[in-house]
Amino acid sequence: MHEIYNFVSGPLTWVAFILFFGGCLYRVTRLIRLVKLKEPFIFTYMSWYYSLRSILHWLTPFGTENWRRHPVLTIVTFTFHICVVATPVFLLSHIILWEESLNISWWSLPDGLADVMTVLVIAGCIFFLVRRLKLPEVKYVTSTSDFVILSIVAAPFVTGFLAYHQWFAYPVMMVLHVIAGQVMLVAIPFTRLSHMIFSVFTRAYMGSEFGKVRHARDW
Amino acid sequence: MAEPAEVNGEKSKTALDDGIEIGAARLTPEKIEKVINSVIKGETGARLKTYVETCIHCGLCSEACHYYLSHDNDPKFAPVGKVKQTMWEMLNKKGRVDQEFIKRAAEIAHTECNLCKRCAQYCPFGIDIAYIISVVRRIIHRLGVTPLYLQDTAHSHSVHMNQMWVKGDEWPDTLQWQEEEAQAEIPTLRIPLEKEGADIMYSVIAPEPKFQAQLIYQAAVIMDAAGVSWTMPATIGWDNSDMAMFTGDNELMGRLKRTHFETAFRLKVKKIVMGECGHAFRSVYDMGNRWLGWKMPPLPIVHAIEFYYDLLKEGKIKITKKYDKPVTLHDPCNVVRGGGLHEMARYVAAAVCEEVVEMTPNREHNYCCCAGGGVINCGPPYKMKRINGNRVKAEQLFAAKARGAKVLIAPCHNCHSGLHDIVHHYDIGLDIKFFGDLIYECMEKPEAVEA
Repeated sequence: MHEIYNFVSGPLTWVAFILFFGGCLYRVTRLIRLVKLKEPFIFTYMSWYYSLRSILHWLTPFGTENWRRHPVLTIVTFTFHICVVATPVFLLSHIILWEESLNISWWSLPDGLADVMTVLVIAGCIFFLVRRLKLPEVKYVTSTSDFVILSIVAAPFVTGFLAYHQWFAYPVMMVLHVIAGQVMLVAIPFTRLSHMIFSVFTRAYMGSEFGKVRHARDW
Repeated sequence: MAEPAEVNGEKSKTALDDGIEIGAARLTPEKIEKVINSVIKGETGARLKTYVETCIHCGLCSEACHYYLSHDNDPKFAPVGKVKQTMWEMLNKKGRVDQEFIKRAAEIAHTECNLCKRCAQYCPFGIDIAYIISVVRRIIHRLGVTPLYLQDTAHSHSVHMNQMWVKGDEWPDTLQWQEEEAQAEIPTLRIPLEKEGADIMYSVIAPEPKFQAQLIYQAAVIMDAAGVSWTMPATIGWDNSDMAMFTGDNELMGRLKRTHFETAFRLKVKKIVMGECGHAFRSVYDMGNRWLGWKMPPLPIVHAIEFYYDLLKEGKIKITKKYDKPVTLHDPCNVVRGGGLHEMARYVAAAVCEEVVEMTPNREHNYCCCAGGGVINCGPPYKMKRINGNRVKAEQLFAAKARGAKVLIAPCHNCHSGLHDIVHHYDIGLDIKFFGDLIYECMEKPEAVEA
């Protein structure tokens, strides 16, 4: 078990992070090159001010008409997204690993809080699952891939929670957790999870067109 | 139009539109595949790819769409639902779709979406679903399956540079006729034709001379009273409308706008003022000009709303007695969501009318009238699509009427016609007016003689 653990937390982690950072860089570079090649007018209309104006409105809970129309979804999705990033980044056990490997460290969350945040992420995933199964307008455009990416996101948090509490099969759970985390990292640039990166660009462009050209609000 | 089309010697079932039926009947699987891939690979780029790949299938765009809301939240009418039935299928099958699919895609793209861009406002990622639908229209155009009535207007554009088959000297004839009519009221009024060096070239959409000539009359009276230096061309290039923009015929759109701009250049005017139209504004402001390579239009384009705002603010037009019936203002998609003219429109309404009742939602969040985006131009076969697809508009208007509105201001020709159909069908009982109608009725006409 130790050998397996050393392998997944060693070489496989390298692979995962290289694919994550490299993959993200690759996709963004390809996007910009494609814009330059086919639709360079986009550069003409992009505006820092209007991009940020739009992004800030949408990054504020209830800051837009559509957030206000869906108060429960807004609260869940903001909570979910903040926790899904903050938990792995500021978890003490993760930071210890960084310190042991690369001698870098930063502020960490109290474990109790991280525990709550993990549960919030899992609850969020359940909310999204139920929503996808129940709301007709979401169900209509849902396919297997939507459930797959939801599982990819839920898995590291479920296995992480179980591993932390050491309720059962701790060594196996640890290994599963590391692998689940790596699967998510690699999936981000190459699946719809890439909305993490691309939504900034699409939002910025729409904000620019609506703000600079159309003189209208896009929220 | 009610007879079923005969295709390959067989009468087809309930053929709603010959353009779609006969066009589709000419297609082969090879041609379909070739054209779809040619458009997607050859003509689209980062936008289509990123929009389709980033969409997280959340369905939040649904409540933006009047079709979705009016069809009792039927997911097939949600913006993402419409993309699923068209673009997703084309992409997933790599263009290998059949005739029936193409017919349905043509119907969805041309009669179940107004390209109003309300969905882009509601999507958390700012995905431009209207753009995706317009790519579907481009594919349908290249396959030759555009709905008949809409394609006919494109043909008219191609032959006469206007959408209403107004031929040659019918245009200056119409202007001179309206000038004569107006001279009965204001003997000194002229519609200056081909006046080089005037400040303003006034342009209209082709339906105006065809069946709304009194709008030209009214505009001439407003120009005359305001004492502006203006002209209209006697040649082609007078029509600012653009149905080619809605059929996906970008090349024709380019020809039309080039002719329009070059006519203005020829007359050496400082700016183009256009009548109360929505889509024409879109065409000159951020579609046709871009196709021709201009970041912004090559000379200032002033929409009628802004023009009236300027005239009223500068006191060039004086209102003798305000319009006394309570009005409500419809914000047309293309000039409000598309041009930010909502506050100027409110200034004009307040200046001319005693009481303005706001409908809700309003401004950029107003519901589309369901006529724009070429949908009303698909003609009688699809009228009920617009009526059934915009019950929320009827509800919105009823609510405004309950708050006291008696008159509906619709500063856009298509909105006017579309709202008229809705008001009539749902028996709402609101008179529909242009700003020009109200200003003409309430303004001071210094040179007018007693009737």
